[in-house]
Amino acid sequence: MSDTIRFTRRTLLQGAGATGLAAGSGAITGFPAVISAEPVTLRYLGTAVNQSSDIARKVKEDLGITIEYVPVVTDEVTKRVVTQPNSFDIVDSEYFSLRKLIPTGNLMGMDARRIKNADKITPVFTRGEVAGKKIGDQGTAPKKVFYLEGQTSTKFAGEPTQWITLIPTTYNADTLGIRPDLIKRPITSWKELLNPEFKGRASILNIPSIGIMDAAMVIEATGDYTYPDKGNMTKAEIDRTIKVLIEAKRAGQFRAFWQDFNESVNLMASGETVIQSMWSPAVTKVRSQGVACTYQPLKEGYRAWASGFGLPKTLSGRKLDAAYDFINWFLSGWAGAYLNRQGYYSAVLETAKGQMEPYEWAFWMEGKPAERDIKGPDGSVLEKAGAVRDGGSFESRMGGVACWNAVMDENTYMIRKWNEFIAA
Amino acid sequence: MTDLALPALADAPAKPAAAGLTARTRRARALAYLQAAPMALVFLVFFVVPLALTLMVSFWEYNEYEIIPAFTLQNYADIFEGCLSGSDLCTTARTYLSTLKFCFLTWAFTLLIGFTVAYFLTFHVRSPTTQMVLFLVCTIPFWTSNVIRMISWIPLLGRNGLINDTLRGIGLIDKPIDGLLYSDFAVVLAFVHLNTVFMIVPIFNSMARIDRSLIEAAYDAGATGWQTLWNVIVPLAKPGIAIGSIFVITLVMGDFVTVGVMGGQQIASVGKIIQVQMSVLQFPAAAANAVVLLCAVMVMILTMSRLIDLRKEL
Repeated sequence: MSDTIRFTRRTLLQGAGATGLAAGSGAITGFPAVISAEPVTLRYLGTAVNQSSDIARKVKEDLGITIEYVPVVTDEVTKRVVTQPNSFDIVDSEYFSLRKLIPTGNLMGMDARRIKNADKITPVFTRGEVAGKKIGDQGTAPKKVFYLEGQTSTKFAGEPTQWITLIPTTYNADTLGIRPDLIKRPITSWKELLNPEFKGRASILNIPSIGIMDAAMVIEATGDYTYPDKGNMTKAEIDRTIKVLIEAKRAGQFRAFWQDFNESVNLMASGETVIQSMWSPAVTKVRSQGVACTYQPLKEGYRAWASGFGLPKTLSGRKLDAAYDFINWFLSGWAGAYLNRQGYYSAVLETAKGQMEPYEWAFWMEGKPAERDIKGPDGSVLEKAGAVRDGGSFESRMGGVACWNAVMDENTYMIRKWNEFIAA
Repeated sequence: MTDLALPALADAPAKPAAAGLTARTRRARALAYLQAAPMALVFLVFFVVPLALTLMVSFWEYNEYEIIPAFTLQNYADIFEGCLSGSDLCTTARTYLSTLKFCFLTWAFTLLIGFTVAYFLTFHVRSPTTQMVLFLVCTIPFWTSNVIRMISWIPLLGRNGLINDTLRGIGLIDKPIDGLLYSDFAVVLAFVHLNTVFMIVPIFNSMARIDRSLIEAAYDAGATGWQTLWNVIVPLAKPGIAIGSIFVITLVMGDFVTVGVMGGQQIASVGKIIQVQMSVLQFPAAAANAVVLLCAVMVMILTMSRLIDLRKEL
């Protein structure tokens, strides 16, 4: 595996050097252009969850590029791209936001020929497949919005083109978090979220576009209704879903709704809730507080999400080169391994594998019991030896995706109905 | 006018008196306008213009990624959708009723507590130094942000929080009281905690100006303590009460953080609706909601100023 590392680093540096040559800076020493010239700073807009200081430090070390994080919440990322496209040099956005972002023309298609590992990006994105098997594509599945018709096009392409909307950074399969010590019986289905047994001890997230998908998973699980596309409901389907939620709310099913990461951690860790929609790192955080918490795989499948790097249309010159250098570096392994160790998945799996110990890879990606204690990127022990990752291997988790976070056609109507649910 | 006219006559003896007077008056007027200009400018730039923009945008159309300059009443129609059907309360009516309920409860409690504290400070604490010290003590909670003050209630009120644990420990209850947190009770509690000081300050200010001889006179005339309070102190403290009430009511009407955190996001507030719409780029809808909220608050303030003529009382 160490061969792969050296190989990757070398090619990366060579590539960067070549870029420098092309840019006419005259750097033929093999160092990236950005080091030989004035240091470049990239303003990185995204959510705080993905913005680690370790990654920024490593980029500075390897490429000499300074990463200046602009941390905001998911909705704010979208709002910034639409309303202030000059306030960042690179954006880390969720794929489902693309249906709002691309029509504005504020982002440009990224040239696949300048992304060294573009052809190695997992087929989850390019074809919607895991290990050759098609996965659920309800909602805004990345494959539907991965390619543009042209660099400045505002239309998504039906088949692969040279122009990529977002280069994936992280993605994951979300499910319900539970407190096994308080529930004391196996949970296998989404319908348990609205099971009266957990009256006053359940929670759902108060982010309308995601919350309604979780509700739809529950309704399908109860067998009441099967949606043609949970990620793109008709008005009647929205009414139906909200009605179920309102009934549950009036019956006192929910203890609270949560809106940010920490709220979900606190609800679960304090025992206010025992079952709720949750994000993977939140489960890890609850566990690190010594509280039993399981990210429970469910038979109906996962609701997946993915985010990736996009470039503003106005980016040019050295900043543009630096952005491509940074993205190439990001896909070259170190960052991927870093993200995999947090429980996310990275875009190019083979380069990340090269940067992980075999026992780490076996635990995080193959779903095997940990040979040794599993440590997070910061060195803290996340799992004791012998533990198995919730949901198992990459193939069984990402392969079990039922739908993707989405923006619906009837989004405006949905938001209004969601407000009705909150007021009920 | 006479004050201004006198020096004018003295300064400009050569000119006809009448002409000099108007020139002076005009200059004085211009000066007055100039003096008021900075405030007016600040108001114009930071209040009138944004408000006008909000009003304008509230009539625009929008889609997922852009707002379209057009004229539509759809945003307002959406707000009041279902409000005329009558069978069940519409979302907007429900939301405003809930917000009004919090307004009333918070107002009643903060008034009661604020009045009592101000009364104690003014009439029971003799030395002005102690008075000031105690008054400053009232503001200590403001040294931290209001979000922290709010969140600090959560470990206390939670299902496994301090209060429930204590009550269970001494055997008063065997099942935790869920209603302490994420409920109307929690919201009102936090509101009262956060806003009482806005009642204390103006009421204290009004009371401090009450002439003590009036109270002595009331005693001399044979009034009981309660009679003095009701017939002398309360009427004279009215401006303070009115100002405090305006503060508290406007703060509660526009709040969405407190209701969100303490109500576990389960309780609707107008501010929350606006925030959700803003975060999904539905600016015209949010603007329309903001305009409706503004009207509602203005009606309340106008009603209050009908009851008390603030300008006269100050």
